[in-house]
Amino acid sequence: MEKPDKGPAPVLALRGVSKSFGAVRALHDVSLELRSGEIHALAGENGAGKSTLIKTLAGVHRPDEGQLLLAGDPVVFHGPADARNAGIAVIYQEPTLFPDLSIAENIFMGRQPRRSAGRIDRKAVHRATAALMSRLGVALDPQRPARGLSIADQQIVEIAKALSFDARVLIMDEPTAALTGGETARLFAVVRTLRAEGAAVLFISHRLEEIFGLCSHVTTLRDGRHVASEPLDGLTEDDLVRRMVGRDLDDLYPKAAAEPGATVLSVRRLTREGVFRDVSFDVRRGEIVALAGLVGAGRSEVAQAVFGVDRADAGEVRVDGRVLPAGSPTAAMDAGLALVPEDRRLRGLVMEMSIERNIGLTGLRSVRRRGLVSRALEHGRAADWAVKLQLKYNRLADPVSVLSGGNQQKVVLAKWLATDPAVLIVDEPTRGIDVGTKAEVHRLLSALAADGLAVLMVSSDLPEVLRMADRILVMHEGRLTAEIPRERATEETVMAAATGRTAEKEPTP
Amino acid sequence: MTSTLHRPTPDPTPPAPAEEGRSARSLVDAVFRAREIAIGGALALLILGTWLANPGFLDDQGVKDLLLNSSILVLLAVGQSVVVMTRNIDLSVGSVVGLTAFACGHFVAGTDHSALTVVLLGIALGTVCGLVSGALVSFGRVPALVVTLGMLYIIQGIDHAWAHGEQINAANVPDGVLSLGSGSVLGVPYLPLISAAVLAATGYFLRTYRSGRELYAIGSSPDAARLAGIPVRRRILAAYAFSGAVAGFAGALWLARFGTVVADAANGWELTVVSAVVVGGVAITGGTGSVWGAALGALLLTTIGSALVVLKVDSFWQQAITGVLLLAAITTDRVVQVRTTSALRKRSRR
Ligand SMILES: Nc1ncnc2c1ncn2[C@@H]1O[C@H](COP(=O)(O)OP(=O)(O)OP(=O)(O)O)[C@@H](O)[C@H]1O
Ligand SMILES: [Mg+2]
Repeated sequence: MEKPDKGPAPVLALRGVSKSFGAVRALHDVSLELRSGEIHALAGENGAGKSTLIKTLAGVHRPDEGQLLLAGDPVVFHGPADARNAGIAVIYQEPTLFPDLSIAENIFMGRQPRRSAGRIDRKAVHRATAALMSRLGVALDPQRPARGLSIADQQIVEIAKALSFDARVLIMDEPTAALTGGETARLFAVVRTLRAEGAAVLFISHRLEEIFGLCSHVTTLRDGRHVASEPLDGLTEDDLVRRMVGRDLDDLYPKAAAEPGATVLSVRRLTREGVFRDVSFDVRRGEIVALAGLVGAGRSEVAQAVFGVDRADAGEVRVDGRVLPAGSPTAAMDAGLALVPEDRRLRGLVMEMSIERNIGLTGLRSVRRRGLVSRALEHGRAADWAVKLQLKYNRLADPVSVLSGGNQQKVVLAKWLATDPAVLIVDEPTRGIDVGTKAEVHRLLSALAADGLAVLMVSSDLPEVLRMADRILVMHEGRLTAEIPRERATEETVMAAATGRTAEKEPTP
Repeated sequence: MTSTLHRPTPDPTPPAPAEEGRSARSLVDAVFRAREIAIGGALALLILGTWLANPGFLDDQGVKDLLLNSSILVLLAVGQSVVVMTRNIDLSVGSVVGLTAFACGHFVAGTDHSALTVVLLGIALGTVCGLVSGALVSFGRVPALVVTLGMLYIIQGIDHAWAHGEQINAANVPDGVLSLGSGSVLGVPYLPLISAAVLAATGYFLRTYRSGRELYAIGSSPDAARLAGIPVRRRILAAYAFSGAVAGFAGALWLARFGTVVADAANGWELTVVSAVVVGGVAITGGTGSVWGAALGALLLTTIGSALVVLKVDSFWQQAITGVLLLAAITTDRVVQVRTTSALRKRSRR
């Protein structure tokens, strides 16, 4: 229960809300107040219950106990439509688009402007979509289908959807996870305008600097329980982390400088028409090499071509001196390559399968006994990794789809780390992962590198790149534009190369 | 030029809609139109070829037969595609046609009820069947395949038990009803006109009304549809009711056209209908396609059948050809989807 408050009744509030999924208590007696003209942050570790709380506000989940108050009056939402009609706009953590329909239809589904006799006014729909796109400053064609959009663009469409009606309450579940700095800045500008117009905003992010930069209040959850609701003024990042984690966090420590060994992965003149050109680099044992650059520079595409998911048009990839056949992920895996992909929903996980089977998928060979997959071995291996990555789950036999977003990401990591690779390619390894686990993932990568693993890391998280990488390769518009050794790597040098302002140095061929 | 899309420096004027964007759209348009054009082309070739081999194929009677033969299948295909669009399937349509045809016949035998009454009765009966299937699928959450397969057998069973080996004879059916099946305006028989009207109305509805678009949305991503606040279960129920109603309508028309009805009329049609729909470009995984394509698919399958008869080819070939077309259609759907996805992905990132 909240203390009697100062201003008018909050636009939207939760009072003493609990929600369980079977044996899992996702929310336990949680209260929250959203006020008009205020941007409120929701903080907590992976699996703390943030998304569950949001889905309760959005009418997706019905609370087991407690109340929802709309402008002070108790309400019951029977579905997402009720919440929307009450002026609540929600951006969910996972994009929820219709791949076959156009962007415009995605944004206005069920709410299309109409002409006489209830007919959809197609022109008005497209006009409104184009207006939204220019407000967000992106050049997406309203009439192209959502299929094939990059994650960042999917997120943009979700944001446009939420902005497309006059929301009294705007709720955003990790909207910035896949966005670049520029897009994030643009989103924040729009959100601030909405706040000035009197909207109440709830914002979730694992990036503390975003919370401190955008929000005025914060509510922290830990293990589904309410820890604190307070103004952010006077709070330090450490305070916030302590509330989330329940203890002081060890310093985020940089990767130990390791003595790099022999070259394991060597990429020569790799080219994929219209995507990237003439990319050459080496990765040695014990080394973490970051592939930096702006979203769209072709980093993920290079990673996928190296692993053989996409076929390169020219160039070669060698592992331990042997040329990999082009376009064959199986051969790549046999040679000791592992790829943690960017889009976990699409390529990383089989959502309906259990946690242990997902982790086991890549290592079917190592858990085989007399030609059959041994369930016991599979279970043991999964349990092992679940502990290493602090996975928060109920049973290992649960389907991956019930895990929180960050914990799904951990399963993808576990799945590939469990293959015991010689070269690990990770695409955005800590996107959506909370601060505590992020440090853990960094520690793990660092330890694996010290044991002789070669790591190629694609990351848009500049601090992460600077902290972890021995060498930074920067891409700009499909080309490698710079190679920056650890000693000279700063935010400025990397950004300069990423935006194509300077060519630090031609990469060694 | 769209590489400005992801620049960190926010520029005040948003870039103009991209060239790439425009061609991405036309690419997708082209893909879907290509399907309809391909089927239309195949149809034209088939008709032309058969006509060259046997000019009788396209005389007045031949054309009339072709239209009459295809109209019931077209009607059923329209109903089925509305269901398939939502990522469901209705396998009970054949048995519903059989039941309503027999029930309508039983009802009018020896009376002088009008054609309208019979049609209304058929539609009502079909709707009830559709509602039962739909309720089980949407509210009962039983997989559509199981429900409608079960319904197929149940309805067939009822039909057989009721008919007891009897059949409806044309002699007992009032002339008013029979004239619906044999009459025409300006030389065009009623039946194809009716099918065309239902087709056009459904096509228009799916394109221009919110609830029509929502059917596509449900098929494209049921989870996203739920989160978008679409009343998913009600829409699916409605889709089944529509498919049932159309099947009931078709049953009444069946009686009007043939007069003589046995208990297992339209037995096995469900598979032909589903084939027509899939061949016509309504993906079995939902979310895409149009009733126009489905109707073309139905027209194509019927024409193949008629052409083979005219060419005196063993009717066994008809089934084989249908099977080949079906596999080809599903394979193309899949390949086209993969291709367009990767094409679109490229355009998205540049
Ligand atoms: N549909 C569901 N069925 C079963 N368990 C669920 C379901 N949804 C969430 N949970 C569980 O509830 C807990 C809270 O999950 P939630 O998604 O709210 O976490 P979160 O705070 O959003 O985490 P993240 O930062 O990783 O997104 C988790 O333990 C999760 O496994
Ligand atoms: Mg979450």
